Amino acid sequence: MELKGRKIKSLFNFDHLKTFYEKFGLPRLIISCFLLGLFLLAFIMKMDLAILISNSLERIGMNGLLVLAMLPTLVTGVGLNFGLPLGFICGLVGGVISMEFNLTGFTGFFTAILCSLPLAALTGYLYAALLERVRGQEMMVGTYVGFAVVAGMCIFWLMAPFKNPAMIFAIGGKGLRTTLTLNEHYAKILNNFLAFKLFGVTIPTGLLLFFALFCWLAYLFLRTRTGMAMLATGANPMYATSSGINIRKMRYTSVILSNILAAIGALVYEQSYGFIQLYTAPLYMAFPAVAAALIGGATLKRATVGHIIIGTILFQTLLTIALPVTQTVLQGTDISEIARMIISNGMILYALTRNERG
Amino acid sequence: MTAPKITPQTLPDKTTEKTPQGSHLDRILGEMSVPIFFALLCFIGIIAADLSPRFLVNEIITRLARNSFLVLSLIIPVIAGLGLNFGIVIGAMSGQAALIIITHLGIGGLPGFLLAALISVPFSVTLGWLTGQVLNRAKGREMVTGYILGFFANGLYQLVFLVLVGTLIPMNNPKLMLSSGIGLRNTIDLIAVNRALDNALFNSVKLGAFKVPWATFLVIGLLCLFTSYFTKTKLGQQMRAVGQDMHIAEVSGINVNRTRLIAIIISTVLGAWGQLIYLQNIGTFNTYNSHEQVGMFSIAALLIGGASISKATIWNALLGVLLFHTLFVVSPLAGQRILGIPQVGEYFRSFLAYGIIAVSLALHAWQSRKKVESKDKG
Repeated sequence: MELKGRKIKSLFNFDHLKTFYEKFGLPRLIISCFLLGLFLLAFIMKMDLAILISNSLERIGMNGLLVLAMLPTLVTGVGLNFGLPLGFICGLVGGVISMEFNLTGFTGFFTAILCSLPLAALTGYLYAALLERVRGQEMMVGTYVGFAVVAGMCIFWLMAPFKNPAMIFAIGGKGLRTTLTLNEHYAKILNNFLAFKLFGVTIPTGLLLFFALFCWLAYLFLRTRTGMAMLATGANPMYATSSGINIRKMRYTSVILSNILAAIGALVYEQSYGFIQLYTAPLYMAFPAVAAALIGGATLKRATVGHIIIGTILFQTLLTIALPVTQTVLQGTDISEIARMIISNGMILYALTRNERG
Repeated sequence: MTAPKITPQTLPDKTTEKTPQGSHLDRILGEMSVPIFFALLCFIGIIAADLSPRFLVNEIITRLARNSFLVLSLIIPVIAGLGLNFGIVIGAMSGQAALIIITHLGIGGLPGFLLAALISVPFSVTLGWLTGQVLNRAKGREMVTGYILGFFANGLYQLVFLVLVGTLIPMNNPKLMLSSGIGLRNTIDLIAVNRALDNALFNSVKLGAFKVPWATFLVIGLLCLFTSYFTKTKLGQQMRAVGQDMHIAEVSGINVNRTRLIAIIISTVLGAWGQLIYLQNIGTFNTYNSHEQVGMFSIAALLIGGASISKATIWNALLGVLLFHTLFVVSPLAGQRILGIPQVGEYFRSFLAYGIIAVSLALHAWQSRKKVESKDKG
């Protein structure tokens, strides 16, 4: 009798641990341990933690919206939006238009967003129509649609009728430059908004608030009627259809929303970076965003705002501090790029191979 | 080059759908519409670029010899229903690892090349087996998984050759390695094996005014023979059965996972050899990026040749290489002549490569969905 009781107790304990482990997930555990290890190393090597944390905060705000763009498509079961460069480019077009008119400060930034919104909505609609027709292969088609758009837009940047001398090639007088400096326009406008220092750590208040605002909006949106319908579409399409939800419309909405978020995310990214990078720069934009969402615990079928926030924080902090720390420890070898490649792609592979059984 | 004709691999329900009368021409036009479109594009490009025919033919012969093997290595996974094998990049990496080893050992010429081909086999078989394992876990998503797997493997490749060489793996060769003694240089010169295969046979025999790499074409011809023979063997037939319907194949007693695994292993080994042929022709390689574009360009070439995700023949591969690389040679000059900006042609080229893959992936997914829907209705 006593033996049986003990057995139950130990079983309960094991289960308890197991449920915690399952809830937290192996990848998140590994990444968190890795991150902790890096911080310990940095502490032991007496590196300037304040700078590391400031940079991490900046990177989190910079990439947050791009990761959030994964949320709508994951929620409705369309999958990871590998076509992120499409929305990103809409943002760039908005940014370039605002620059053409020499707009500065918040006017410039918000004009850029306003210009990119209709474009993102329109291309998002077309992209959604395409994805709807290729159900089951959305990710592969999305990847190559993104690539094709980036390559096609390279021709546009070369031929586009922009006149502002600050933007076009100095020689030849035609075609936009590869990188446009935003210094005189709206570089770091969100970063510097209400920014303050705390124990040597610079807090980019505006940037983080902007990201938080969109997370909050996304959170609220998922609780509205449309949001609930989207969740139902992803969880069980048959059930959703039978309860009168137009699942096709929900999928369209999610892709358009994702595209719009990517466009705004692109502008946030560029203003924080201080430059607009054109031509082939947006080609691989989707991969870090996808990896961050997955590291946060999102799967191909289920994702929440929490996953997005955790994922962005873990992944971006890791990327930011890996470079200086490994450089101090290993002397001259740059392992961070390699680590980024292995971690982000390993994460995507994990998600792709795991879901089949679940 | 005598490649035997192989029977078109039409899906069974396609033949019953179409009536034989009158639609024959339609079907040829339908199947060949992509190559015809690209042939037209090439034609316009050739006229616009106004290149000397001699230069053009020379360039095309070189590029056919250089790339055909890689493109041909994609056919077997398509037959086995794995789609376009983006994992070919992994094969290319094993080929490069073998090249690094023979360059380090200082073995050159044809023996060096053959040794590299031999050394690459254990690497590519192991990696191909691993790739197959991963792809078997992601049925229905093989292409995107293989694609990401390529990036992942690239990370590991860089880890090995940039960080581990000189630290964990003892190696000392100042010619190949960075001055710090850790990691390999960015470019590796392959003077020792440069054109080792191209010039191996009948080096002095020219075809008119053109120099032809006979031995390379012989190897490509052998691969064509092998592929067409292989599809007729029992294993090849099993692959076709798996490619058409995994469940039916499973029920009729075929070990689906094993068959798919073998298809990927063969493709990876061929990919490694293909990369060797490619690099011995170029004569130098970028340690860390030579393999990156291999998958994309080979796949684009195969698709331009009229192949789809479920159907590819030797002729698709060869025609595709011809068209894609003609376009490759011609487009920068054509861009300059037509629009006055050479970069336009270059961007147009990559736009075409990406675009053709996107379009054919989309068309295939669209058609297979329609088929499922019509089955559901019927």
